[in-house]
Amino acid sequence: MNFGLTEEQELLHSEARKFLEEQSPLDEVRRTTSNPEGYCPKQWKTIAELGWTGLVIGEKYGGAGLGWIDLIVVLEETGRALFPSPLISTLIAGSTIADFASDAQKERWLPGLASGDEIGALALLDDASAPALGAAKPRATRDGDAFRVSGTRLHVIDAPNATSILIAFTDDTDALHLAYVPAATAGITVEPRETVDRTRRIGHVTLANLRVAPEDVLASGDDAQRVLESTLDRGAVATTAEILGAGTAIHAMTVQYAKDRVQFGSAIGRYQGVKHPLAEMYVDLESIRSLLYYAAWAIEEKPEDAPLAASRAKAFATEAFTDIGVGAIQLHGAVGYTEEYDVQLYLKRSKWARPAFGDEIHHLERVARLGGL
Amino acid sequence: MDFHYTAEEEAFREEVRAFIAEHNIPEDEHEDPDALEGWHQALIAKKWIGFSWPKEAGGGGGSLIEQFILKEEMSEARAPALGSDFMGLTWVGPALINHGTEEQKQRWLPDLLNCRSIWCTGYSEPDSGSDLASLKTRAVREGDEYIVTGQKIWTTLAHKAQWIFMLVRTESADRYGGITCVLIDMKSPGIEVNPIPNLVGDHSFNQVFFNEVRVPVANRLGDEGQGWRVVMGALANERTGISESTTMVQQLDRLKDLARRATRGGRPALEDPEVRRQIARFDCRISAMRLNGMRHLTHQLKGELPGTETSVNKWLRGPLEIEMHDLALGLLGPEAVEPGDWQRTSLVFHGTVIGGGSPNIQRNIIGERILGLPKD
Repeated sequence: MNFGLTEEQELLHSEARKFLEEQSPLDEVRRTTSNPEGYCPKQWKTIAELGWTGLVIGEKYGGAGLGWIDLIVVLEETGRALFPSPLISTLIAGSTIADFASDAQKERWLPGLASGDEIGALALLDDASAPALGAAKPRATRDGDAFRVSGTRLHVIDAPNATSILIAFTDDTDALHLAYVPAATAGITVEPRETVDRTRRIGHVTLANLRVAPEDVLASGDDAQRVLESTLDRGAVATTAEILGAGTAIHAMTVQYAKDRVQFGSAIGRYQGVKHPLAEMYVDLESIRSLLYYAAWAIEEKPEDAPLAASRAKAFATEAFTDIGVGAIQLHGAVGYTEEYDVQLYLKRSKWARPAFGDEIHHLERVARLGGL
Repeated sequence: MDFHYTAEEEAFREEVRAFIAEHNIPEDEHEDPDALEGWHQALIAKKWIGFSWPKEAGGGGGSLIEQFILKEEMSEARAPALGSDFMGLTWVGPALINHGTEEQKQRWLPDLLNCRSIWCTGYSEPDSGSDLASLKTRAVREGDEYIVTGQKIWTTLAHKAQWIFMLVRTESADRYGGITCVLIDMKSPGIEVNPIPNLVGDHSFNQVFFNEVRVPVANRLGDEGQGWRVVMGALANERTGISESTTMVQQLDRLKDLARRATRGGRPALEDPEVRRQIARFDCRISAMRLNGMRHLTHQLKGELPGTETSVNKWLRGPLEIEMHDLALGLLGPEAVEPGDWQRTSLVFHGTVIGGGSPNIQRNIIGERILGLPKD
């Protein structure tokens, strides 16, 4: 048993941090996110060259051939930097295809996802509290050996920038299917939506009589159920990694503020009313890190533990990050309420992270159920 | 990152399970001296008391991972404790191993390992609780002896212990550097132990008076003035011992059992989503404690001694105890006013939560020593 990062992972960690500090400081993030697409295509190309988009895709397909611990190491840093990009969706699409798709489908999609030419999105959820396992709303009818799929998915992360989309639908026998399709296909429209957290982009995805060919289908029936659940677990774990980074950053900013700000003749961090909440946030962040590491490890090494581990991590992290966001603003006082101060960017990220890949209500219920209640 | 166990570790787990199958005693016999004696002898024969202590100290020389496995299996089987002396084994023994002379180790460790001694701990004084370093019990050197005078309080098991592991003041001007750790025979003339019943009327802790008690200098642990350093290590071990997640896992199982039986307004309590969510929150937090503990263990495997990180799990346990008991008594409904197990533990958990440093002190430690905020 070993809870540590390898030397290579430590190196990846520090390189990711250095890159983001240099190339994407928060004033750059603010500039980038004022553009309609919400990310910088040039930076996207650079991180693809660094191997981030293909982290968990095999070398055979142009990826880095690394694992989920490497992935969360990078996502902790993109979370810390609030790096605006469709990285999570692209990584999860690649991870799911790499682990569950046919060889032909891997050939078709993985090189593009690894190189960053392809940007993924996951149109899987009905709403944040109940990812609809077994009851995907888009419905399909048979059309020869293909399907015709109609329905909508709301608030799909990264949909406005996606070049390909993972969809779930049920056929007329109520069997579930998962398919990966080009976003530019006739029958798919994406309506970009405004976001409170401008470092993130979402859109409503409408499928209207979309033709899904047999070669697009990744999995069907019980298999599809399993792949869908695992994909959502991966999304929850990836989001938790970004929560850890963002939470650590906003906590560090607030600790520094408590050391610098003098009131009543002393740095406010001396007072227990300030010190104790900061200590509790630290304990929460340590706990998120422990829960996250185990969940990420389980995805590859102990898949039977992954559902419970992922839900524990996302449920705990969601509630803790929500509190940290609010607490950090309150500890800053009026200056935390300004547009200029960066702490508000992290508060907005906490609002974004809450429903992503299932909110606390969904994941706590899953923890209860998987825990035998 | 690797949470797999090696083949040797898995084989060890099987060995523990076989041992439990052969020697475990039912929970209602855990207080029965004869049954316990058999359990202890079986553990001693295995060298499973002081499992991870070095062999030269008489311990089992086992790895920290195997010790983790041993404790988890024992907890799961609801087996009695690994030895008869929680305080002695959790922090007095490790302090002797880290700071004791060869002679001192020979003198005290064998009795500890063979369940022949009970230790108590003398930290708190009437005016020195959370502010432990303000302690005033004096030790004045006279030839080969210290003359100890003062008062300790909240001393758990002082009425049963043969030895006390305690802090005295050898220098009044130096707040931390004037503190020394001594080991005192509880039969020494000049010691008086008075019981203090706890809030359920049990006699678990005491006040202890020291009136010119003569203590050989050979009983000093570490150098004069090094007591604070000795005790920081001991407190880290105490906090780890108190916040072992295995206890909380057992408590969570009990709470789930209660929730399965309970009804609200004629409906099963488990149909209430908020009850389910509350229990799931406890599950997440206890799982975090377990994994935090494993992460700290990884640091220890690299040779680091337990330190301030032990305050993380110590802090997590406090609110968990409070909130789990709050839900349990809520589920019991009107029955909560009658005596019972949950009713009892809802009163006595305070001892565990305050012991080893109150939750406020844990948050001060994290704030000041980990986050670097200015001292209060």
